[in-house]
Amino acid sequence: MNYPDIVKIIETKEENKSTKTIKFEHKEKIAPGQFYMIWVPGVDEIPMSVSYINKKTKAITFRKIGEATNKLFKLEKNDKIGIRGPYGNGFKIKGKNILFVGGGTGIATLATVIEHATKQKILATAVLGYKTKDEIFFEKRIKKTGAQVYVTTDDGTQGYKGFATEKAEELIGKNKYDLILTCGPEKMMKKLLEISSKTPLQASLERYMKCGFGICGQCCIGEGLRVCHEGPVFDKKILKKIQDFGIYKKDASGKKIPI
Amino acid sequence: MLSSGIMDEDAGSMNRVFKSGAGAVVTKSIGIKPREGYLNPTAIELEHGIINAMGLPNPGINNFSDEIKTLKTLKIPVVGSIFGSNSREFVQLAEKMQEYGADAIELNMSCPHAKGYGLEIGSDPKLVKEITSNVKKSVKIPVFVKISPNLTNIVEIAKAAESAKADAVVAINTVKAMKIDLETKTPVLSNKIGGYSGKAIKPIGVRCVYEISKNIKTPVIGVGGITTGEDAIEYFMAGASAVQIGSAVYYRGIDSFKKICREIEKWMQKHNYKDLSELIGVAQI
Repeated sequence: MNYPDIVKIIETKEENKSTKTIKFEHKEKIAPGQFYMIWVPGVDEIPMSVSYINKKTKAITFRKIGEATNKLFKLEKNDKIGIRGPYGNGFKIKGKNILFVGGGTGIATLATVIEHATKQKILATAVLGYKTKDEIFFEKRIKKTGAQVYVTTDDGTQGYKGFATEKAEELIGKNKYDLILTCGPEKMMKKLLEISSKTPLQASLERYMKCGFGICGQCCIGEGLRVCHEGPVFDKKILKKIQDFGIYKKDASGKKIPI
Repeated sequence: MLSSGIMDEDAGSMNRVFKSGAGAVVTKSIGIKPREGYLNPTAIELEHGIINAMGLPNPGINNFSDEIKTLKTLKIPVVGSIFGSNSREFVQLAEKMQEYGADAIELNMSCPHAKGYGLEIGSDPKLVKEITSNVKKSVKIPVFVKISPNLTNIVEIAKAAESAKADAVVAINTVKAMKIDLETKTPVLSNKIGGYSGKAIKPIGVRCVYEISKNIKTPVIGVGGITTGEDAIEYFMAGASAVQIGSAVYYRGIDSFKKICREIEKWMQKHNYKDLSELIGVAQI
């Protein structure tokens, strides 16, 4: 039922000064790329992808950017939050050689997907894009999966200097991938769609959400595609049809604002 | 038709609902200015229904012109739902909806959880009459008045709408409700109080439609908890001339519209009815 379960936080970890992981007790199954509605009582409820999947515990990893994430950032072990879900479709892992392209907190979503794929003996290459060195997180975790990892920073403080899409374009030119999976800023994903040529691609989108179970219409894109329900992961064929992709999103009032 | 508040914030969504079998779509309630609505949680599911307090979020009438125009290019019948805090605002909104191309107007006089709007206006028969009558004078397209079940004088309100020459009365909006979470000891909705919809409210809607249509000649549009063809037929028997569907989109998917229409047809065939009008109000004895 679409009602929040109140769960106890069992561990928290600061991945860097603005990014934190919160692990909580939760037995319900969830697939990589699916998300929860996280309720911070008295503050807000926001969508967040799962970042660790264990049998009895799950986790979320986020950056403090708004009121709810700032409050979440302050929570410690034994504090409680509400979670609803899992919601959405998740990534469909196919093929033998996959290119993963993550940007910012989108990397938190991709980490579980990469772990899942490498366990199935899939050859994984990951481009992890950050603004700067201080914002890097999950690099070691993803390297541990055996994936070939390329770190990019916009300012060149670590790894390749430039955007993740530039590194990805170079890799796509040199190698043949069966699939590209991406999560991050929408402009990055839109660019990736353009440079992916004939390689199949799936991108995980983010929209302001309210109900989370497909009725309120807040997160709809294109022809009534509910990011919370038919998404958040869409494949190339659909992305190409969605006129809003990479162009605009809706704010809380439903007004279209440029991305 | 699709009821107001469900997948109707943009033309794309309403187009999808129309393609899924709705005869017409009612837009989210639109006001003068953009309004963000309440913080989440704004909607949650309970055992027998859905409780919400969205807080009338909408992009404002000026930002909504493209949505209506797109729907009209696609030849989709669209009812523009509007909310205002006074007669002047309602008139202004109705005129704009008509100008954009809406086929009818629905006056939201029944939202149970927004201060200064909705039910706070719709519980006063004088205001209902004044606003409806002023809107009727300023537009040519049909005007529906959507009224609340959270009233002891529901018939009086419906009569006020009729006396102002409303073209239809829509009943019901959500039922004022609350859910308190035991673990956190707080109301779950950020607005604390919300409106209940879905299966649980169908008997309340049927009763309201029955009482209203017994007392007025104006057509009544039934809404509240319809998820099957038989639910719709119950509303028709109570006196509704048409029905709106909302929460069923969650319970049975967006193609609920097609499913429900097919079930109505099947029921009619089985019971030897050829015309839906034969069923309207038959339970009124």
